[in-house]
Amino acid sequence: MTSTSLTTGPSWARLPRRHVPVLVTLALLLVMYGIGVSQYRAFSNIQVIFNVFIDNGFLLVVAVGMTFVILTGGIDLSVGSVVAMTAMVSAWLLQSGLPTLLVLVIALLIGPTLGFLMGCAIHFFDLQPFIVTLAGMFFARGMCTFISDASIPITDGFWTTMSQYRIGDPRGNFVSASVLIAFAVVLVAAYVLAYTRLGRNVYAIGGNPQSALLMGLPVARTRIAVYTISGLCSAIGGILLSFYTLSGAPLIAVGMELDVIAAVVIGGTVLTGGSGYIFGTVLGVLVLGVIQTLITFDGGLSSWWTKIVIGGLLFAFILFQRLIGIRYK
Amino acid sequence: MSERAKSMLNHRLFWPVAVLVVMLVANTVYRPGFLSIEVNNGHLYGTPIDILRLSAPLILVALGMTLVISTGGIDLSVGSTCAISGAIACLYISRAPDQNNLVTVFTALAMALGVALALGAWNGVLVSVIGIQPIIATLILMVAGRGLAQLVTEGQIITINSGPFRAIGLGHFLTLPLAIFIALGAALLIAGLTRRTALGMIVESVGGNREASRLAGIRSARIVFLVYVVSAACAAIAGFMMTANVSSADGNNTGLWVELDAILAVVIGGTSLAGGRFYLSGTILGALIIQTLTTTVYAMNISPQTALLFKAVVVIAVCLIQAPAFRAKFSRRGRGTPPPPTPSPQRQKEEVPA
Repeated sequence: MTSTSLTTGPSWARLPRRHVPVLVTLALLLVMYGIGVSQYRAFSNIQVIFNVFIDNGFLLVVAVGMTFVILTGGIDLSVGSVVAMTAMVSAWLLQSGLPTLLVLVIALLIGPTLGFLMGCAIHFFDLQPFIVTLAGMFFARGMCTFISDASIPITDGFWTTMSQYRIGDPRGNFVSASVLIAFAVVLVAAYVLAYTRLGRNVYAIGGNPQSALLMGLPVARTRIAVYTISGLCSAIGGILLSFYTLSGAPLIAVGMELDVIAAVVIGGTVLTGGSGYIFGTVLGVLVLGVIQTLITFDGGLSSWWTKIVIGGLLFAFILFQRLIGIRYK
Repeated sequence: MSERAKSMLNHRLFWPVAVLVVMLVANTVYRPGFLSIEVNNGHLYGTPIDILRLSAPLILVALGMTLVISTGGIDLSVGSTCAISGAIACLYISRAPDQNNLVTVFTALAMALGVALALGAWNGVLVSVIGIQPIIATLILMVAGRGLAQLVTEGQIITINSGPFRAIGLGHFLTLPLAIFIALGAALLIAGLTRRTALGMIVESVGGNREASRLAGIRSARIVFLVYVVSAACAAIAGFMMTANVSSADGNNTGLWVELDAILAVVIGGTSLAGGRFYLSGTILGALIIQTLTTTVYAMNISPQTALLFKAVVVIAVCLIQAPAFRAKFSRRGRGTPPPPTPSPQRQKEEVPA
């Protein structure tokens, strides 16, 4: 892993290589925002940025969990289904009259439990993360329709309060409570990755699992922990989504795992693991959000252009990571 | 345990066949008419025939996927390729003055196949020349491809009324559905090319160790490139079948999640995701298992989405049975004596995420 460049050169080139992808994403985000501002007058309104966060808060939380998994060199395909399952379970339990707090606790426990089980299967039986989380994805999606074929509305007081809660300034700009929760998750995750043993173990395992094992790092515990964290983040994402839509629908968030993986990759995290930052993931989610906003503002472009642009960006970023020579198998 | 029974138990196709047989038996018990086949209008009809016909597209996609996986790669873009090829074929036919004209239909198929080959070549170049990790290289086309398919159909569902095109999915030949013969033909072609020549061994050796194969004189990059093109071609033909089944192209839903089913079929068939070995017969069995499961769930009046629950159970069961680590633990408990330490061959490959 190239942590720092040892060669001497002009001072700008001494920038640590692992920071470059994040900086490029930041530059791209600024350029896209600049294009938006120059083309559409309403784009410069600060509320546009707030709306990107409001619409993508749950995506951000899930992407944070995915960053942990990808940093260890794994992948978690189950996130979209777990988001849907969490929303569905909470809607169903609320409908059957359970107290709000109990529903929250149960809903927040299901995701991590599934993640823990998947992590155990991956570690103890040497199964491929891809296949195990695929099974998890099938299971969670199946549970959704097993609970109900139709979407269940949420009328609970706490949920509606959270859904309508606005934090804003006198000029009318506001963010929702979900955005604050998402920010809290991001801050905690960034702290854990940068300053705790667990975080450093995650990077070490992603860099080289054999070396990590020989160094005496707790590979088993860490690997199971990242899938549990991803499950927890998906569960929080599911709760945020149910705040946003005030319902649990069996087919919501289908294919969300792809958006999440795309956001993490665009944010500069390397898929073989060992290199990447939470801050990059935040930028990646923002890039996706701004693309959608730009396409909405344009009005003439159809929704499928979003997919084509995201695909193009994925390609550009992967090619770029390859060119600057980050370890990429 | 006698030697014979033991060797049969250890045969790589034993568990897939056992699962398939158990499912068929369970179905017959639940619904006695399950296995009956009747002749109607000179064509054979019945649930087994339906299972074969409906599994044809999955078999095609899974065959291509087997080759890709045996080189240690993975192709997530097959679903999008199905959608794009089906959309292009339907678009061309829908604009033609005479939709039943054979020349029109074949031109449409050739055009769509050509585009699919180009898409496969794109994947191949990304993986073999630029050296991008396969799961990501094909993720690009998986995401962008859905958009492209909707671009072709302009977000609409293109409906066509073409007899020859419809025949690809629903036609009959020698009393059996044509789709079965197409899938069988593709399977025989691929099996012949890989197992009757050295090609199969070369593909496996590239999957085992790409660099070592190159030093041994194999053009590894070219082989890797080739398997993605073959996979895209298989996906295109599967896409024709899917669109022909309903005589319409839907850029959003054609071939949705077929890549996951195909990967599942390959894994059930005993091909390791780490590469280095492939079993075409296992893959076909795997595809049949998945389609039988789907048909069973439909027949039991369970919603198709809930079928995913059963799929999850099957995936985990098959993977656990095939995992060396699980087998070692299981047999230790069963016999009471520790087994000889089995060096797991995939140890070195652990860091490759799939």
